[in-house]
Amino acid sequence: MKILVCISNVPDTTTRIKLSSDQNAIDLSNVQWIINPWDELALTRALELKESSGGSIESVSIIHVGNAGSEATLRKALAIGADDAMRVDAAPADAYAVAHEIAEAVKDKNFDLILCGIESSDYNGSAMGGMLAEFLNMESVSSVSKLEIEGAEIKLNREIAGGYEVIAAQAPVIAIVQKGIAIEPRIPSMRGIMMARKKPLVVVPATGAKALTEFVHYTPPQPKAACKMIAADNPAELVNLLHNEAKII
Amino acid sequence: MNNVLIYTENFDGKFKKSIYEIASYGSEIARQLGGQAIAISLGDVAEGELKSLGTFGISKVLTASGDLFDTFQNLPYAAAIAQAANQENAGVIIFSASNIAKAIAPRVSVKLKAGMVFAATGLPSNLNPFTVPKKVFHGKAFADVVVGSERKIISLSQNSFGLREHPADIVIEALPTETSTASAIRVIDTQKASGKILLNDAEIIVSGGRGLKSADNWQPIEELAEILGAATACSRPVSDEGWRPHSEHVGQTGKIVAPNLYFALGISGAIQHLAGVSSSKVIVAINTDKDAPIFEAADYGIVGDVQKVLPQLNDAFRKFKAEN
Ligand SMILES: Cc1cc2nc3c(=O)[nH]c(=O)nc-3n(C[C@H](O)[C@H](O)[C@H](O)COP(=O)(O)OP(=O)(O)OC[C@H]3O[C@@H](n4cnc5c(N)ncnc54)[C@H](O)[C@@H]3O)c2cc1C
Ligand SMILES: Nc1ncnc2c1ncn2[C@@H]1O[C@H](COP(=O)(O)O)[C@@H](O)[C@H]1O
Repeated sequence: MKILVCISNVPDTTTRIKLSSDQNAIDLSNVQWIINPWDELALTRALELKESSGGSIESVSIIHVGNAGSEATLRKALAIGADDAMRVDAAPADAYAVAHEIAEAVKDKNFDLILCGIESSDYNGSAMGGMLAEFLNMESVSSVSKLEIEGAEIKLNREIAGGYEVIAAQAPVIAIVQKGIAIEPRIPSMRGIMMARKKPLVVVPATGAKALTEFVHYTPPQPKAACKMIAADNPAELVNLLHNEAKII
Repeated sequence: MNNVLIYTENFDGKFKKSIYEIASYGSEIARQLGGQAIAISLGDVAEGELKSLGTFGISKVLTASGDLFDTFQNLPYAAAIAQAANQENAGVIIFSASNIAKAIAPRVSVKLKAGMVFAATGLPSNLNPFTVPKKVFHGKAFADVVVGSERKIISLSQNSFGLREHPADIVIEALPTETSTASAIRVIDTQKASGKILLNDAEIIVSGGRGLKSADNWQPIEELAEILGAATACSRPVSDEGWRPHSEHVGQTGKIVAPNLYFALGISGAIQHLAGVSSSKVIVAINTDKDAPIFEAADYGIVGDVQKVLPQLNDAFRKFKAEN
């Protein structure tokens, strides 16, 4: 069995967002780039599965659509334990174009299980995995919070309103993963970092897939009015304000 | 392509408020485009429930039920929605930004070559070019997204568009769908809580953090939730400690919620926590530390010990409820 993990390269989640002076772009200079947190957990889970598979999982590959600037992020994923990496050489214009590029790059590679995150932490698109599944004409399971492999069967928990479903799937399948898939992301060891330098990172030429959407303008969130403080011994005043001022109860 | 198609997902045969929100939203876009607002409902939903969509401007609802639609499955659901969009010449397709939308809207996008905006926060600011607002970086900025394709898909964030009544005469029509295709996916078990107010539906959420100190101290929180008909939630360390179930964890790595009223009790207000709750209309914080960052995000605050303040606050709410 061969596993592929799709890796998105995003600004560190504690980054303060600065807009360019015309507000048509986010100022990303001096940003620390990381593996998108869900993808890091997806990779962690893929490696756990491989290690406990007794050899039946041959490889965990990663793929990313992006410019050369994101190779540090891919090297980190290799250092965590991925076996090999592909970078499709194109700026990731939108989820549609990214999915199209990945589909073209992997359609003949026979991956049995493809993992994507539920969203990128920057543009919060929640789109790429499902689009990829449709381009590849593959089954997909979204909102996956648990993933096990039992013989030929892939068992997944899918979160639904108010609970979850247990799903049995046959490969090939795409799992779009979220909270629960792994507990803590793995961090690269010294040995991992050394080994990562020698692992293959293949640059795949882009096919020129077109984006359908474009971010054109940004605005900072409305500044919030100062918090109104209420004395601890007067909770009735809070009830009064929620009723008469905020009109929320 | 002036028509708007709205996918009205049901929960055990019923529509939730978020579905009436997208009906209102989709009808408004249809009016702006000079077209019709048409709904599609998959699975068993009673006629009365389907007709309730008419209150919010829907003039027609297409339905499909039977084996293929009994349980949620990506492939037949996405296929039926794309088919309906084609049949009705819908240029805009609307979802509520739920787990189901995350599963199928991207598939419909590829089928129709329609650019997609996930978790839009309001009406298009412009129809040409078609421009839709959404949050990015979990609310750290708002963005305008231009959708350049002929067809567009919007998933609307919950609680970001008010209900608008526009009573319309509504017809119900069956959508002819393909017969069953074999699926490599089987649902073998379903675990679903019943009777509880779900976090994503709740108008009011009472949430506790590490400041509560132990699982044993949740009783006044449960009590407040009970009085207000609210759902309970918690910060991540609380679910990590096992004080509360993981399903209650809100924030960047948990559930993203947008209630009308959010109580942050003994929660410091870390950026990752706020990422999941900052869309709440009103935030109330109780914290012993007057400098806790939660007070920067809150609208109303009390500096004090939750364990002392909450019982008194509960009494005050109880009194209010009795009088109103
Ligand atoms: C990648 C990443 C993702 C994360 N995702 C999430 C997430 O999704 N959700 C989330 O919540 N966190 C998340 N976190 C953790 C987050 O950074 C904070 O550590 C966490 O939110 C803190 O939880 P807390 O406010 O309950 O606890 P603390 O930070 O310990 O705060 C407890 C607060 O209670 C107050 N307090 C103490 N005693 C009392 C009392 N008797 N009465 C009233 N107040 C009292 C204290 O003053 C303090 O402000 C994430 C972290 C990382 C790195
Ligand atoms: N540029 C990219 N290259 C590879 N995978 C990506 C890229 N962007 C997004 N993904 C994958 O798609 C998931 C959802 O991303 P999004 O649709 O952008 O929110 C991410 O968690 C990644 O697994």
